[in-house]
Amino acid sequence: MSRVVLVTGVAGSFASQVARRLVDLGEDAGIGKVVGIDTILPDADLDGMKFVRADVRTPVIGKVIAVEDVDTVVHLDVNPPQRGRIGGKELNVIGTMQLLAACQRSSTVGKLVLGSSAAVYGSSPRDPAMFNESLLARNGVRSGFPKDIVEVESYVRGFARRRPDVIITTIRAAQVLHADVESPLRNYFSNPVLPSVLGFDPRLQFLSLTDALEIFGQAVVHDRPGTFNAAGEGVVPLSQAARRLGRPLVPMPRLGFASAARRFVRAMGSDIPPDLHRLLTFGRAVDTSALREIFGYEPALTSEQTLDEFAASLRPGILTAMGLSTRGSTTAGRRQ
Amino acid sequence: MNDERKTIGSGGTPGRGNRQTSPSAAARSLAGGAPAKKAVAKPKRAADPAGKTTASAAAPVAAKKTAPKKPAPSKATPKKPTASKPAADRPTKPRLRAVTDEDAAAAAAAAAEEAARRTRTAGAAPLSAGIPIDEIFVAVIEAAQRVLGSDWESRVATLLATVRKRLSGDYEIDEFGFDPEIAQVLTAAVEPIAEKWFRLEVRGIENIPEDGGALLVANHSGTVPLDGLITGYAVKKYSGRNLRPLGADLVFALPLVGQVARKVGATLACQEDAERLLTGGELAGVWPEGFKGIGKPFAERYKLQRFGRGGFVSSAMRAQVPIVPVSIVGAEEIYPLVGNVPSLARLLGLPYLPITPFFPLLGPLGLIPLPSKWIIEFGEPVRTDAYEPQAADDPMLLFNVTDQVRETIQQTLYKLLIERGNAFF
Repeated sequence: MSRVVLVTGVAGSFASQVARRLVDLGEDAGIGKVVGIDTILPDADLDGMKFVRADVRTPVIGKVIAVEDVDTVVHLDVNPPQRGRIGGKELNVIGTMQLLAACQRSSTVGKLVLGSSAAVYGSSPRDPAMFNESLLARNGVRSGFPKDIVEVESYVRGFARRRPDVIITTIRAAQVLHADVESPLRNYFSNPVLPSVLGFDPRLQFLSLTDALEIFGQAVVHDRPGTFNAAGEGVVPLSQAARRLGRPLVPMPRLGFASAARRFVRAMGSDIPPDLHRLLTFGRAVDTSALREIFGYEPALTSEQTLDEFAASLRPGILTAMGLSTRGSTTAGRRQ
Repeated sequence: MNDERKTIGSGGTPGRGNRQTSPSAAARSLAGGAPAKKAVAKPKRAADPAGKTTASAAAPVAAKKTAPKKPAPSKATPKKPTASKPAADRPTKPRLRAVTDEDAAAAAAAAAEEAARRTRTAGAAPLSAGIPIDEIFVAVIEAAQRVLGSDWESRVATLLATVRKRLSGDYEIDEFGFDPEIAQVLTAAVEPIAEKWFRLEVRGIENIPEDGGALLVANHSGTVPLDGLITGYAVKKYSGRNLRPLGADLVFALPLVGQVARKVGATLACQEDAERLLTGGELAGVWPEGFKGIGKPFAERYKLQRFGRGGFVSSAMRAQVPIVPVSIVGAEEIYPLVGNVPSLARLLGLPYLPITPFFPLLGPLGLIPLPSKWIIEFGEPVRTDAYEPQAADDPMLLFNVTDQVRETIQQTLYKLLIERGNAFF
């Protein structure tokens, strides 16, 4: 039996990559058809998949599922609000509610893959060093995107209770760091100088795009019920990341950092979501042993390697020019 | 003698001279050149070509001016026995010697040479003030040799390479944020404080297992948790292992403190982190008294507070690692807490706001810890592998083991206090 997969938010850079990966997997992996849905037209190449322009926040989604006989729903693009897109909360929470309502009605849907985020754990000084899947957020999920994602996950848990026959895989992914994939940290690291919180050096984790695509592909093709953290091995503190990228940090006092950093970044022609400041203050790291042992996937790249790969695709930073960055030292080595 | 008295200015008219030992003023101006006295005292002035004439003209006047003062005692005591007179006059004699032509010429030459040398060196290196550059270079090399040893060249190269690696972000940290290089720097920085200021004495270091996980449980005291820092230093210095302290969430909420704490190996005191460290074979340190321990008044020093809720025992039991009781004597006296401002502390979000005899009275000076004498004793490990890991769910057993550890520490504290005697000497 070949699957019909519905991918939400395919206009988003990451979701379109996942949809393309599913098309590429094709019949060999038992995927017969990929249906993409979004409110705006994707600018990416969507060869081989069916695109439906519909709003996930309206009951239209139920019709799409019924018409296409969708049996696998990949709910992606649950993202922090970005500039130029309407209210993140509407899209994330209300969209999920509509989608789950449609899935509950449908008799064909047998699998739901939720692209969640490690932001569900929040970010606070009371956090353990590594979060595993059974831990809850200690603090820092009272507003913004972390609150959205907590609500999204709670709706999915409610859906799982009502439809125990549906296989549900929740991937709590760390931020994907890749030049082509929109993510808050990518936008942040692309700036020439990086605003940071004075006296804090958060531990960060990244997920490489290849690993992320592989994980979602496997979640669709195989049955992997459960919740899994996904991140590259190890942690990278912000100070180290900035040095690797050759970009100087600009420490700012913690009080008022959120708005100051946002203005600062906007002045440089980029944007970061307003709730990124908590991550930039306290950091967060997740334990990926469940992904390796139960899900059965070993991330190919560590957080550090992901960062290095990202750095290679980026314009060299200011400090690289001064010969202080890693790539600067390789050229220095050649000179010797 | 008669002559001399005249010269001194009592007999003859000033500036007249006596033809034998001192020339007249006219004769002196004929001699030309800079007077010796002036030349040596102010070589710069002598070197100044424009000031040369004024200097030679002013010199006799200066000599005359000082002259009357010197013989005052000899003039005041003319009726004294003659035997004492030569003795009194002898020291003044050379100064009053006539300035001969040879003297003046030699002094002028010396002054000119000195001035010339100064201008030469000043032109070459304005900052070195007369020290040649190669001498400075040699001195730097010698200093480097003295500080870094004979292989200083390679050591400086290593140091520069390390700095470069740090700046390019090319270093490893573990998932807790522990940065071994920074921890090493901190150990080196704490060493003089621990050894010289607190005269630290460490006992029972052999009770720390050489490898594998262990949980160090210590008493907490001293208003500012310096005891954690010193214990970490002692463990690193004497057993060579890294202590991974478990700290309160306040530590990680404070700017700078939290950042440094993570880099030197601390992590949050919670069940998950403790078990992760212990099952990973690390040496974790815990101070279960928490703020009740460090924030207790000086009058209650060395009285152990409640040992948390015994969570540390269940962590050790689940990880099946021994508990090493650690007794720290000396930390109580570093900042004797004599008062507390609870309302202000609440306002600032702190557990207490300390008042010590010197803080805030002396301002920043009051932040210097008193030099008490420290003893850290690592006690005999309490085995937990005799119990099943499931025993961690038996609260009665946990309370018993907690009490056992607490009692051990309390008794050791009393014993160490008696052995230490005076807290400061």
